[in-house]
Order: sequence, then C-alpha cells, then structure tokens
Amino acid sequence: MSAVLEVTDIKKSFGGITAVDGVSFDVREGEILGLIGPNGCGKSTLFNCILGQLTPSGGEVKLDGKVVTGLRPSELNKLGVSRTFQLLQVFPKLSVRENLILAGQEHQGNMASRLVGRSDAGLTDTADQMIGFFKLDHLAAEPAGGLSYGQQKLLDAAMAFMGGPRLVLLDEPAGGVNPTMLSDLKERLVAINREKNATFVVIEHNMEFVMSLCSRVMVMAEGKVLAMGRPDEVRKNPAVIEAYLGH
Amino acid sequence: MSGFAKPLKIALGLIVIAGLIVIPMNFNRYGLFILSQWAVMTIAAMGLNLTLGYAGQVSLAQGAFVGIGAYAAAIMTTHGWPLPAAIVVAIALSFAVGWVLGYPALRVQHHYLAFVTLAFSTLAFLVFRNESWLTGGIYGISNIPRPHVFGIATNKPLPFYYICLSSLAIVSVAVWWLIRSPWGRAFMALRENPLRAQSLGIDTRRYTLMAFAIGSALGGVAGALYAPLTQYIDPVPFNLSLSLDLLMMVIVGGAGFYFGPFLGAMIAVLLPEWLRFTEGYYLMLYAIAVMGLLIWSPTGILGILDRTMAARRTKAASALRAVAKSRLETAQ
Repeated sequence: MSAVLEVTDIKKSFGGITAVDGVSFDVREGEILGLIGPNGCGKSTLFNCILGQLTPSGGEVKLDGKVVTGLRPSELNKLGVSRTFQLLQVFPKLSVRENLILAGQEHQGNMASRLVGRSDAGLTDTADQMIGFFKLDHLAAEPAGGLSYGQQKLLDAAMAFMGGPRLVLLDEPAGGVNPTMLSDLKERLVAINREKNATFVVIEHNMEFVMSLCSRVMVMAEGKVLAMGRPDEVRKNPAVIEAYLGH
Repeated sequence: MSGFAKPLKIALGLIVIAGLIVIPMNFNRYGLFILSQWAVMTIAAMGLNLTLGYAGQVSLAQGAFVGIGAYAAAIMTTHGWPLPAAIVVAIALSFAVGWVLGYPALRVQHHYLAFVTLAFSTLAFLVFRNESWLTGGIYGISNIPRPHVFGIATNKPLPFYYICLSSLAIVSVAVWWLIRSPWGRAFMALRENPLRAQSLGIDTRRYTLMAFAIGSALGGVAGALYAPLTQYIDPVPFNLSLSLDLLMMVIVGGAGFYFGPFLGAMIAVLLPEWLRFTEGYYLMLYAIAVMGLLIWSPTGILGILDRTMAARRTKAASALRAVAKSRLETAQ
C-alpha cells in the first residue's frame, strides 16, 4: 500500500513552547489511523499544521508524493483533503441540507458557474443521499442550530465527506456523542472507508472507539511520537501505559 | 418570511410594485424627489448589506463609493457622455476600488476593519474636495444633465423617478439572484465561520474581495443615479456621515435580511418628513428610537419579524409533537 500522506519532521512552536517537536509518520492508502495522546500533546496542532491552518516552523507535508506544505486550507480541500474540528463547526442558521450543499459546492464547476448556475450547484440529490446515509432524513429542512448535539456532530462529519475526499482528518468525532449514536457513527465511517476508499486519521480519547475502528494507532506525548503500531501492540507498550493509558 | 404561503407573498409583492408605480403619479415635485432618493439610497444600502449583512465585513466607506459613482457620472455626463456609459464606468471604477479596499479585510476584522474603511472614506472626501481640476472642488459640478430614454426627456421629476425605480428593480433582481446562488451561501459562511468555510474548500480570500467589490459597485450605481437626480453635486453629501447613514439603514432595517435595506432606507429618508411637526426635535427622536430598537432587537426591524415567525414555528412544531405523543399514548 502506498502512502497518501507523508509527514516529515514537522515542528511548531508558539513563543517558547514547542507544541509539535519533529513528528514524522505516513498514512497508507485506505487505512484508518488513530492518533491518541494526553491533552496538550500536540495532536490538534499537528492537524492544523498538516491542513494549512497553521504554518509549521519546520518540516514537510507530502500528499501523494507532492509537497503541499504551506498551501491554504481551501486549496488542500480542493486536492481532496477534508477535516472536522474538535469543537462543533456547523452553520447553525442554515438548514441541514444547505450545510451539506455548502460543504460540497466549491467542488462543483468554477467561480463563474457557481454565480450563474443552479442555486444548489446541482448538489441537492447528493446532499439528500448523505442525509439518508447519516440517518438525518426527518431533519433535512431544519436549521442545523436546532439539532441535538449528537445530531450536529453527525452533520459535522457528513459535511467533511461532501466533496468526496480521499483523506479525512477527524478531530474527536466521538466527543459528547452517546453510545448508540457512536456505534452508528462508527458504522458510517467504516462504510465510507470501504466503499469510497477514503483514508482516515482520527484523533480520539474514547479508547474503545479507537481500538475497534483503527488499523494502526499513533501515540503522541509532549509533541513527539511515542509509539506507532497495531492497536493491541500499542495497548501493551509500557511507555504508552505510563504516559497516557494509565495502569 | 417563510411563514407566508408563496402565492400570498407574490400577490403582496405585486401590490407593492404597482403601488410604487401608480401612487406617485399624483405626487408633487418634492414628494417625487424624496421617493427617488429612497430608491437610490436603497441601492447603496443593498450593496452595504451584501458586504456587511451577508459577508460580515464591516465597512464605513459605502458613502465614499456613492461619491465615486456620483462624480464619475457628473464628470462624464457634463462632457457629453450618455448616462448608461457613465453608469458602466461608475460600476467598473467602484468595483475596482472596492476590490482593493477588500485587501485590508484579509488581515483585519471588525472594528479594526471599520477604522481602515473610515480612513478610506476620509481620503475619498479629500480627493473630491481638493482635486478641483477634476471635481470642481468645493464649488462642485452643476447642470448635470438628465438622460433621454427612448426619446423621452426625464427632466421632469416623474420620468426620472421611474428611472430610479427601474434601476432599483434591476439591482433587486440581481442581488436576489446573487444571495440565492452558491456565492451567497459562501458569503454567509464567511460571516458565520471563516475557519470552517476554508476547510470546506471555500476560497475565503476571493469571496471576501468579491463581497467588497460587488457591495461597492452597488454604491457606485447609486451615486451614478444620485448625480442626475440632484443635478448638482459637491463633496459635502459624500462625507463620513453618508457612510454612517447607510450603515444605520442596513442595521435598522435588519442586516443580512434581503428586505432590510428597503425598510432601513425608507425610515432614514421618510422619517425626517413625517417627524417634521416636531421641528428641531427630529434628530433627537430618531436617535432615541434607534437606541430603543437596537436594545429591543439587535437584528433590526426584520429581526423582530424573524423572531416572531421562529417562535410561531416552534410553537406549531411542539403542538404537532404533543398531538403525535398523545396519539402514541392512546394507541398503547
């Protein structure tokens, strides 16, 4: 399996604090890579450096072998890299359907066709399929702000898939989601992973979720990679137990 | 507004349009001037509503763009160019200047952006006043001609009012199209959450610049109509207070609501006339009314309507749920 994403020696410091300290790893095509570690270990900063929200202080990010370090988030998204954020990021005033159309519209046509063409950029059907896939059918016309937290979380994840991404970085998708909805979410992610051949990197604190979903797990501590391997290997690693999992 | 049935909305719209065409036929010169001014200011306020209300970019320079459009039209038409050509130039010029003014918005936001645009507003005023070789300086430009449309002279107030009204109609349709298009959705995303917008592939830089440029271009259109309306312009009407007036129109009407500028401009232009009987107290009453309104409803007059509708929808939905629940219980 070839690497979709290659991260080499990424560094990021804020003032005197080094949040990410020389992290290197690669993500293989079609895998689901888990990213775990204690709060403040640099997981989200690493995401932001990879996705262009932050400019890394050093290092290189390659997508399909091409250097993409320093590209803007919108440019990376056009190249097929999508994400969700740790905190909910839906557009509360827009309806569920409109949120999804918005999430996909920049992948249709060009600036001119988006101005003179159809109001929905031809995405109503795709949006409705996504709504059905995430079991939000009865809520399609509701403003997203009126949904429950768990439903908004599902919408948030669904939005990341509207552009048909190859690589999706999910930042704590399970946070605040109840167990039933969580198994739904996991099922959806696995289905998208298999059917659409989308590759995932998932930051998560819910160990059960990570261990059952991911093919490999990377553990970070104090800005560095502590361990990388299959879930069962990582779980037994003494350093990981010491720094994160606890005895 | 979605509480109304569609045919009812269309009927209401047609009645208003018919009213705007028929009723002013009996107006005197002054009444027609006020109404024309309303149409022109609505166009400028719609531009600002696009930049501020939809795309969330604060601008205190809309008055300057009205000035740019007005001077472009005044200079060109007094040199024998037809008004349509002047309008095209006014649009192109204010679009280009607005685009450039958008660049600071890529770096600063909110009140910092307000200060940048305020500085631009002052700069534009100084150009209008000091570059007298072009603008006539403090003496301004007089004898601005009005156009002939299909061979009909528009020197009389009524025909020119119809020019203003039809321009407003064209701009309204264009803006309606724009905000319903994916561009409008991207503008709102820019206002609500630029970070998330970027991660969804929305080129926030380009859309920010476009929001500024298009909003400013509408200011230019308003200016290009204002010049032949008053037939005399000098720098004073285009100072900062016009920008503030336009901002007030957008906010009082309801920023981010399509009909906000229509309502806001109506209040700003017509209220002084209605409150004439209060003599010197007009401005004080206006100020108190605006303060009261914004405390009561920070989202403007249409914000009140929107809240009422939302409350009614919630009520209806919970009533529906209650019925469904009781049915479920009886079934059990």
